[in-house]
Amino acid sequence: MQHAELPIDVQPLPGAMPAFCAAVDAGVLRALCETARAKKARLVSLWGSDETLRGGGYALHLALAFPSGLLWLSAPLPRGQPHYPGIADIYPGANRMQRAAYDLTGVYAQDNPDHRKWLRHGAWPDSVFPLRKDFNIATHFPQGEDRYPFVKVEGEGVHEIPVGPVHAGTIEPGHFRFSIVGEKILRLEERLGYKHKGIEKRFETMTLEEGAKLAGRISGDSTVAYAWAYAMAVEGATGTGPPSRALALRGILLELERIANHLGDIGYLANDVALSFGFFQFWRLKEDLLRLNAQLFGHRYLMDIIVPGGVTRDLARNESGLLLERLEKIQSEAATLKSIYDEHAGTQDRFIMTGQVLPELAEQMGLVGLAGRASGVWHDLRVDHPIPPYQQVEPRIATHTRGDVAARVSVRFEELFESMRLVQALANQLPPGETRAPVAAGTAGGRGIGWVEGWRGEVLVALETADANRIHRLHPHDPSWLNWPLLERAVLGNIVPDFPLINKSFNLSYSGQDL
Amino acid sequence: MYQLLKQIVTAGIVTEAAPQADESLRNLEQRLSEVILKHFGRALAIRHVDAGSCNGCELEIHACNSPYYNLERLGIKFVASPRHADVLLVTGPVSRNMEVALLRTYEATPDPKLVIAIGDCGCSGGIFGESYASCGRVSNVIPVDVAVPGCPPTPTAIMQGILTAVAARAR
Repeated sequence: MQHAELPIDVQPLPGAMPAFCAAVDAGVLRALCETARAKKARLVSLWGSDETLRGGGYALHLALAFPSGLLWLSAPLPRGQPHYPGIADIYPGANRMQRAAYDLTGVYAQDNPDHRKWLRHGAWPDSVFPLRKDFNIATHFPQGEDRYPFVKVEGEGVHEIPVGPVHAGTIEPGHFRFSIVGEKILRLEERLGYKHKGIEKRFETMTLEEGAKLAGRISGDSTVAYAWAYAMAVEGATGTGPPSRALALRGILLELERIANHLGDIGYLANDVALSFGFFQFWRLKEDLLRLNAQLFGHRYLMDIIVPGGVTRDLARNESGLLLERLEKIQSEAATLKSIYDEHAGTQDRFIMTGQVLPELAEQMGLVGLAGRASGVWHDLRVDHPIPPYQQVEPRIATHTRGDVAARVSVRFEELFESMRLVQALANQLPPGETRAPVAAGTAGGRGIGWVEGWRGEVLVALETADANRIHRLHPHDPSWLNWPLLERAVLGNIVPDFPLINKSFNLSYSGQDL
Repeated sequence: MYQLLKQIVTAGIVTEAAPQADESLRNLEQRLSEVILKHFGRALAIRHVDAGSCNGCELEIHACNSPYYNLERLGIKFVASPRHADVLLVTGPVSRNMEVALLRTYEATPDPKLVIAIGDCGCSGGIFGESYASCGRVSNVIPVDVAVPGCPPTPTAIMQGILTAVAARAR
């Protein structure tokens, strides 16, 4: 069939979300991307794959978001020279993904000014590509030399502050190179990849059933979003239909994850501006919720509850009553705390106009998720493509345009209350019936897409199956890929002591992008 | 300001002398204070190192500082530098890309030092295991005194792990 927005033939992909796929010639990639960009399509993800076991060479994959749904483009590349025309000038967010795709599969973006390594540090040499099929996952190379050319800022009074990978707080590892003059940040350059632990390669050693647990550990704070995206991809690829009660429960779980993360981050944001009151109050509420999660679902962070085919825990009538009662209490306390935040002059003074990303830049660079919604990029998969269970409860999108810390706090508060409303609506009308359907057997060459609005932004899982219910290639994509580059921009002109505050207002995942 | 003070008073002190399994943590708290008082002058400094986790264990380490657990009241503080630390709390399978950083952090921590591996991955490599990109368990890279399993371990389990490590040193 003809694609709704691009002049190409596409195949609809079976599954919960509207998605299409097409094989295209690498030669037309740039033209297609330019047309897509002109039609305001967003770049979601880019990755490479090895097709040599299936009689081909390599392939470059692109996922673009259109109003009609997700478009998964695959461009076959020759075995001898897997090169393709780079698209980072059209979609700037593609830069790091192109470099990561090269590090792992050796597909090379031509005419790209930046060819520095990204996920590869010293653990494997530059002539080796771990996601190639002839590469054994257990291969061990001695730690090699690890040089990374940072861009150097020069001038009178400019100096550098290198931070990380081991940070001062309890956070994930990454390296930040600040170039500053006085207290002002002139430039920030991030270097990530420290947590690369071979997740994509590990998936290829697993069955579709086994992969669910790993998917839930790609980024621990988004375990529900990833588990759902994984389940959705497997269900699409195998033609499995999860029962509607399971879908409603998944909705509840995803919103509970959003609530827990927002409670924690809103608390930390106050802590970063010396209002420790906010930290203690919100972390009390977060702990209340985590304990409720453990009581109702058997896990504080709701890990391993969403599986392909459905969910492993049901919610009895009295349990949903308890859930609603406790949520109502958290909701009323959070509302009181919000008014305290709003009226606290010192807090607002630190929040407002700090770490600003203006809508124009956000749109150009492809900022996504809650940070995008705070900067005028108003997308939310629950609203853009309302599939069950969201169809029935009509989520409302939280928006802002100022793009500063205060705007991201405002979006978080709005989403916190909206998620509570959604949980209430879903729990009040839980459809009767089963919570799990048997997963149909997969065949080699099946494709599935999982696309879920996690608390941070859209999580994508693109799956291609092999025979015997195994995984040929699975690419999990975290929204942090697109937002990390904007953090570099958000801090410009701000003072160094505001960096933790700005960073926390985005709270991006390292593990999710390092894979 | 009135509203803020009112909220503080109505919320009260939620810190639990004896949470959930009632006696278990109270014992822990008393013993923990006693041991720390004796051997570390009521100040135990912890440096957390994420060596490649999924970030799940970090969530629970944060929770240890939340008002229900309030680790700091026991004299246990998280510090910004390994040079100030008595204990390294290490999470994750150690990614190959963090191997050198973890070793350097360990070397920068003054003796005598304790290492606590947190979570299933820290204990065994977990679901990520050993591979071209992962060294697996923490003890494959640096010596580990105590390993706390769980995915992720609860704040109570993490606090118990700290006690176990400190008590072992006291012996």
